[in-house]
Amino acid sequence: MTDINLKIYRFNPEEESVGKFVEYKVPYVDGMVVLDAVRYVQEKIDPTLAIRWNCKAAKCGSCSAEINNRPSLMCKTRVDSIGNNISVAPMGAYPNIKDLVTDISANWSILKKIPPFTPKPGMEKPWRIHPADVERSKEFKKCIECFLCQDVCHVIREHNTKYFGPRHMVKAASMDMHPLDVLDRSEFLDDEGGIGFCNITKCCQDVCPEHIHITDNAIIQEKERAADLKYDPIAMIIKRRKSRKEKVVK
Amino acid sequence: MEETFKTIKTDVLVIGAGGAGMRASIAVKEAGLDVVMVTKSLLGKAHTVMAEGGIAAALGNVDPQDNWKVHYGDIIEEGVYISNWKMAEICAKEAPERVFELESYGALFDRTPDGRILQRAFGAHTYRRLCHVGDRTGLEIIKTLEDQILHRDVKFYDEMYITKIVVKNGKACGAIGIKMNTGEFHYFQAKSVIVATGGCGRVYKVTSNSWESTGDGLGLAYEAGAVLKDMEMIQFHPTGMVYPPGVKGLLITEAVRGEGGILLNSKGERYMLRYSPQKKELDARDVVARANYREIQEGRGTEHGGVYLDITSKGADYIKHKLPSMYMQFMEFAGVDITKEKMEVAPTVHYQMGGIRVEPETGHSSLEGLFAAGEVASGLHGANRLGGNSLADILVFGRRAGIGAAEYSKNVKDIEVDTKVVNDEIKRIKGFLRKDGKNPYELIDRLTTAMSDHVGIVRTKEEIEKAIKIINELKEDYKNVGSLGSFKYNHGLLGCLELGNMLIATEAISRAALMREESRGAHTRVDFPKKDKNWLKNIEIKKANSGMQFDVVPVEEMPEEYKQYAKPEEY
Repeated sequence: MTDINLKIYRFNPEEESVGKFVEYKVPYVDGMVVLDAVRYVQEKIDPTLAIRWNCKAAKCGSCSAEINNRPSLMCKTRVDSIGNNISVAPMGAYPNIKDLVTDISANWSILKKIPPFTPKPGMEKPWRIHPADVERSKEFKKCIECFLCQDVCHVIREHNTKYFGPRHMVKAASMDMHPLDVLDRSEFLDDEGGIGFCNITKCCQDVCPEHIHITDNAIIQEKERAADLKYDPIAMIIKRRKSRKEKVVK
Repeated sequence: MEETFKTIKTDVLVIGAGGAGMRASIAVKEAGLDVVMVTKSLLGKAHTVMAEGGIAAALGNVDPQDNWKVHYGDIIEEGVYISNWKMAEICAKEAPERVFELESYGALFDRTPDGRILQRAFGAHTYRRLCHVGDRTGLEIIKTLEDQILHRDVKFYDEMYITKIVVKNGKACGAIGIKMNTGEFHYFQAKSVIVATGGCGRVYKVTSNSWESTGDGLGLAYEAGAVLKDMEMIQFHPTGMVYPPGVKGLLITEAVRGEGGILLNSKGERYMLRYSPQKKELDARDVVARANYREIQEGRGTEHGGVYLDITSKGADYIKHKLPSMYMQFMEFAGVDITKEKMEVAPTVHYQMGGIRVEPETGHSSLEGLFAAGEVASGLHGANRLGGNSLADILVFGRRAGIGAAEYSKNVKDIEVDTKVVNDEIKRIKGFLRKDGKNPYELIDRLTTAMSDHVGIVRTKEEIEKAIKIINELKEDYKNVGSLGSFKYNHGLLGCLELGNMLIATEAISRAALMREESRGAHTRVDFPKKDKNWLKNIEIKKANSGMQFDVVPVEEMPEEYKQYAKPEEY
């Protein structure tokens, strides 16, 4: 392959009000990923280029960006898989700090709101858990918090709702499906987390670098649980009769 | 001129938010004191996330004969008798509690058929001892601790790069840093400081370490006046990726061998039978790494300069279940299907056994008020670390440093420093912003190349001296290093700051490696191929007026009754 035409979104809020794409020529090296090309620019052409990366092994989820308009990890996208005309832009769902770096701190406040792991009280230690029960929660625990699912989510990008976003549905599901957890977070996700706003376009699971079935296995399950709890007609009748009985007893 | 900066007051300041920093912060919070945790990257992204194979704890779930004494013996023997015996004891005894504690925080480990925590075999552990979550144990640990940090409301500042530890009257009492995502300077006033910044693998060209591991804590503590030790002991992991070039050095977990992977040279020979007939692929990391290195050096390597690691005999289902991220890593980065093809591997810099000298029980360094835990601290691993012991280390000693710093801080009054100290530091940082400065990345490239070429897995006097010469030249060049741009998210500036710490780390490594005229554990001198009884010692390093000062001190002898837990040392 010949040189890469790499267009990187550059934006310095201290100096300008809008950003622009700047084109760089980067020599191609066999097996190169997009992060290699961007780092080449940073090391050899312009050290002030702001990027975020850590492990370069697709394990930490720091180098999230939109590569040729698709939310991707820079360290995991091989250049030979997308050709030599490449554009790299920051995640559009988050406020831009500089160049490719965005402010993702809103996620910490959401994570704080989700009720934490709450084990059954009084269990004998060390805990015993059947191997099969570990598996259910395992898929969700693969999440590396790259927030690409949040970035691609049209509910977050285009509608001003209270929807927490796919990452946080996965977080809640990981605890709801923990075999020793006693809480059910589905009603909370419906009331506080806006899970109802998700209309199951499945874009989030399409971009997930860990291939978590976010919509199928987390969001739909939580939605169904919430619906069961709140709107199941039989449960509603039982609830109503119970409350009537209680009134009679009083 | 007065500089602008924010002042934050707290009881304990924790620098670093990997496993050790987070566990320490939790301990301080539990002790009822104020804690502020700062990190160079984002919360939950620290190098801990890359730990794969598991956490060593003698639960005896799979091999009931296992107990803390066996674990203790393994640490001492594989540390080649220069570990601190007390730290080894504490680690072996407390690791199981820390594993159960993680479980109570919500971590989910793989299980045995009867529901207990499953444990896997790892190099040079006598029994199957590593509690694991597939091959993503680090991710599980860091996300579990992150949960605790958020829900316990620990105050943290991410993307905060600390440039100086503040010392007054011989006591560490805070730090100064730059918040990269805003460009603002911060002065943290604290009663004590815990350094938990991880290792310095990035001072080598080929490493499994993440971007962050540039030895910042070593530089900070050294400049503040704390003693470092065992810096010559750098662990090479036997199996790093070699191809494609972009992922060279990336870790292939020891769990591949733990689960039955074998090493082959280009002739198809299982050469570990020659090097280590008993333990074979599961001998200590230094042994396997040197064997791999020799096979490659002697012309029995692969096309891209590695050896083969083969796990195909285990079958696709087993591999995908037990080693999912290895499967993905090779598939996506190298286009290799490890269920059908062999992997190409070569040694990669993985861990720093040395670091800040600490009191075993409290993590208190030689400088009053300064504590350290995790990879940046030294003592536990001696001349060689066993796989899985670093995750045990960060939790056991992270907690202890947190408790230690909290106890210490209860009896300390606020120490305020003159704003001039802060102003001077900000002026120093400002000095790096210049038009005509030398590109820090160019200097870093020269430094890391020199370390990989000359202070590598096999060392000689001549080679090490070459590295020292280059380091000295770079120290001169460092005076003219600089970057354009502002304080906000300026990687060029960050490179300048990191390079300062990298130079301290590399000087310490190289000069200590030159001094130790023997081969012990991870430190191999071709010109002194034998272990030497006179070197049953630690090399300590501290800052003196004339520069780096090196002292050779005998290893503290363990009590008689402990001697029976480890084989006596042979020469």
